[in-house]
Amino acid sequence: MDYLLRVEKSAEHGLIDFLKFLLENDRIGGVFTLRKTGADGAFDYGLIHDTALLEDAIPLHPFMPVNAAQDLSHFASMKKPIAVVIRPCELRAFIELVKRSQGSMDHFLMISYTCGGVFPFDVAVSGEPEKELPDYWESVARGQIFPKTRETCRACEHFVPMNADVTVSLIGETVNEVCIFCIHTEKAMHLAEGFESKRIEAELESPAIETLRRERQEEKKKLFENTVIRVNGLDGMIDMFGKCIGCHGCSRVCPICHCILCDFESHLFDYEPSMIEDELYRKGGVRLPTDTVLYHIGRLNHMSFSCVGCGMCTEVCPAGIPVAAIFMRTGEETAQLFDYLPGRDVEEEVPVTVYKEEELSTIGED
Amino acid sequence: MEDQKQKEEFFPKIVGYLCNWCTYAAADLAGSSKMELSPSLNVIRVMCSSRVDYNLVLTTFFGGADGILIAGCHPGDCHYDKGNYYARRRYALLKSILETLKLDPERLQLSWISASEGKRYVDVVNEFTERIKKLGPNPINRNAYY
Ligand code: SF4
Ligand code: SF4
Repeated sequence: MDYLLRVEKSAEHGLIDFLKFLLENDRIGGVFTLRKTGADGAFDYGLIHDTALLEDAIPLHPFMPVNAAQDLSHFASMKKPIAVVIRPCELRAFIELVKRSQGSMDHFLMISYTCGGVFPFDVAVSGEPEKELPDYWESVARGQIFPKTRETCRACEHFVPMNADVTVSLIGETVNEVCIFCIHTEKAMHLAEGFESKRIEAELESPAIETLRRERQEEKKKLFENTVIRVNGLDGMIDMFGKCIGCHGCSRVCPICHCILCDFESHLFDYEPSMIEDELYRKGGVRLPTDTVLYHIGRLNHMSFSCVGCGMCTEVCPAGIPVAAIFMRTGEETAQLFDYLPGRDVEEEVPVTVYKEEELSTIGED
Repeated sequence: MEDQKQKEEFFPKIVGYLCNWCTYAAADLAGSSKMELSPSLNVIRVMCSSRVDYNLVLTTFFGGADGILIAGCHPGDCHYDKGNYYARRRYALLKSILETLKLDPERLQLSWISASEGKRYVDVVNEFTERIKKLGPNPINRNAYY
């Protein structure tokens, strides 16, 4: 049922007008969006009900303070629907959470956009990220990778939203002149009824999107090759995660790691002095904190097939470990094993919770 | 020379997680039939192969086991109907991760062995032991930086 609506305004203004329209006509109870907070260029995610507060909304800016998926699960069932403006990887992560009973899609109008990637924290919090914006939008218009975006964004091929109600078209567009909405669902069609815009005959998919997809796939190949070279065997893992301080920040910010009590923060992995002593004499020396490599392999087992490659884990790692690249790379393998793509379809079940009788038939015959 | 000697002397320590309803009984059968079996396997009885989660395997591996064997009922024969199907998926997942990270995936094996397959049990243990002997000791045991 996809159709396109065109508004002769910049993409951001067109979108804010749309959100205002929804609020003023009482079709939604609130808007979840990125917004400016404070004078020094800081930003955060916020829920907005009062239309005057939309002044500060910057729904399309290339920042990701947190992966919004876990935020959404905190208000997944309010009385009135909420319009949510998030990136494709955040939406995919939320779908993964819905599968794990951490939320539902029913109460949201999901608005996403063809995504040019986000700035790493150091650019985003530099106090003057605005300086980078003209160049950023320029490469978005050309369908090119913007070099100053996150490593994982540069390697992300899923930048066209899956499961959105509305997609704002950015890649290949002159975003400061025109705002193009693609309406995907009936829910969106009803909510958008009466919104001033022109229906146009066109498709969301464009040559610019094609070009960018190819570029990103190339970039992903390089990133993965590089990762494999670096994480090679036990010594490679120890080199890589020897820097890990065990803060577990990477799982804290991971949208998929929603468990309230993580195995690795439970007493399951407490070491008795006698266990450390035993290792000390057996190996001649022991590393502390213990089990930093085990923690990562454990987390890979638990969620790698659902990793959406948002890059949050790399962003927060104080030790500069490219956690996200390793998780994306390993996750691609584990997901393929079960023909799985995280965030593709709410009905697709989490691979370790289901099975097929006729599969993996060579396993166990050894 | 020194290395050669060490290799010859190396006798693997393997941990076996055996399902109570089939492989554990197969081990019993092998014993009562007086079949010859390598003493390398340290048996831990579990109620189902699906009880063996990744944390068990990882702590065993990083705790220094040279090899890990998970064994349970053939697909379709699970005492709890479908536990071994889940075990199979989890095993495939873990194996894939070890392969991607090149972390000695050969040290991990899953085998279906029913209660009546005493002979198969002996063959599996002996063959797996030989394979681990060739691989040598788990390097984690000499790594003071882990
Ligand atoms: S954020 Fe970095 S240092 Fe902290 S646990 Fe994760 S990898 Fe280790
Ligand atoms: S593992 Fe890292 S890149 Fe993957 S979803 Fe979690 S935070 Fe994002």
